[in-house]
Amino acid sequence: MPNIRFTEKPLSDWMRGDAEDSEIVISSRVRIARNLQHLPFPMLATNQQSEEVLQRLTDILQYDDLGRFGTFHTLKISELDEIDKQVLVEKHLISPNLANESRNGAVLISDDESVSVMINEEDHLRIQCLYPGCQVREAWERAMVIDDAFEAHVDYAFDDRRGFLTSCPTNVGTGMRASVMMHLPALVMTHQINRILSAVSQVGLTVRGIYGEGSEAVGNLFQISNQITLGQTEAEIIENLHGVVLQIIEHERSARERLMNESMLRITDRVMRSFGILSYAAVLDSKEAAQRLSDVRLGVDLGILERPSIAAMNELNVMTQPGFLQKSFGDKMNTGERDMYRAKLIRQKLGSTL
Amino acid sequence: MLCQECNMRPATLHFTKIVNGEKTEFHICETCAKEKGEMLPGTPNGFSIHSLLSGMLDFDSSTKSHSSGHTGPQNLQCKDCGMTYTQFSKLGRFGCPSCYQYFDSRLDPLFKRVHGSTGHVGKVPVRTGGRLKVKRQIDDLKKEMQQHIVQEEFEAAAELRDQIRKLEKEMTEE
Repeated sequence: MPNIRFTEKPLSDWMRGDAEDSEIVISSRVRIARNLQHLPFPMLATNQQSEEVLQRLTDILQYDDLGRFGTFHTLKISELDEIDKQVLVEKHLISPNLANESRNGAVLISDDESVSVMINEEDHLRIQCLYPGCQVREAWERAMVIDDAFEAHVDYAFDDRRGFLTSCPTNVGTGMRASVMMHLPALVMTHQINRILSAVSQVGLTVRGIYGEGSEAVGNLFQISNQITLGQTEAEIIENLHGVVLQIIEHERSARERLMNESMLRITDRVMRSFGILSYAAVLDSKEAAQRLSDVRLGVDLGILERPSIAAMNELNVMTQPGFLQKSFGDKMNTGERDMYRAKLIRQKLGSTL
Repeated sequence: MLCQECNMRPATLHFTKIVNGEKTEFHICETCAKEKGEMLPGTPNGFSIHSLLSGMLDFDSSTKSHSSGHTGPQNLQCKDCGMTYTQFSKLGRFGCPSCYQYFDSRLDPLFKRVHGSTGHVGKVPVRTGGRLKVKRQIDDLKKEMQQHIVQEEFEAAAELRDQIRKLEKEMTEE
């Protein structure tokens, strides 16, 4: 029986802590892609080859190097049921790609879930470090140490000219993707978001929905990450992202201030209405839930509402996803049932007994 | 702005395509994008990064093969995993680390377009990257030496020259 403690609770321990700028930046993440020398990438690897990759990389856990980041638990994807896989995706511990398409895929997860290492995803190894708030530098430093711990025991595919060799040409070089998840409701409300996002794309950064490639931005959550991995050092990439994120934080803050000065009643009304709907609705689809939760989060940040806490909001963001709902209330559900249970769960969480 | 496909709904998705410096803009509504089954993130046949790359690579091979006659890139093949350049250009992904070496002659334009650059300047593996580290150190010292020469600080330049020689000697002895 695989260790499924990671799918039992919605909020990873790393998300609980208070962090800098966490009223706007939800989390920071750094992912680095690495491959072993002399072996085909997972897409072309035979079953035996991908098994070898899995074996060699999980063997490294027996050395002490990784121990300082807590105990790691190995989950083999083939041993997980569909709902557990979906929950791991919703908690950002694995990618949809690993959940659906990988052969001999596995993930190593640290106790507090701040480090997850995917094996046999698009690349042999994908190390991911997550931090709350705007801590992209910290996430990067930790990812580099874990990278070194693996590299002490296996030879990476590396080329002097091209850097770390990856399956997709968009990751070659540093193999690093640093990203920051931001909650930007005031920039959306004041219609400044498109201008800012297009400026972001001109400095080598890209914006996506929160569940990675191919997903929509819901609930005013935006994931900003570096687009370029070749021709810049890791430090340059991190500083560039960090600098841009700090600027977006400033813009969001001044947009919030302006909203409060110019239309406090309207904002208060919107926040209270959303809180009311979340507290008493009997049916909530995912899009409405995300939007209302965004309003309530803004209300808490602006001091309009005293609760729920930011940790509780983060928890609700994960708990209201389809996988987690099914995990909490029983097996397979259709969309209608999910909308009902989503409303029920939010009502419970917000303290309404109706 | 109205959608270019249906001319009815407002266009909510905007694309800019730049091929050989020629810019084409494309404005479409969500419904038409869905019907076309591409472009819209989140749809099952979504417009993925790989299809985008594949478009770039195909374009690349069709123009170049005309000018270079029979040594077209479609003849390139990775001797380790067997992937051909044509397959690579369809999939948008390499088969193994050696593909980088076998397709090398074709990769600079691709990397230039994707990253604006063709060479790695970032991290080097700690255990196996020693040579590259020394090489980079030598390059840095050479640049510094040049600066001293320009400023006619020959003593400092000579010191650096000796350091460079020492490092180069160490590298050839390895």
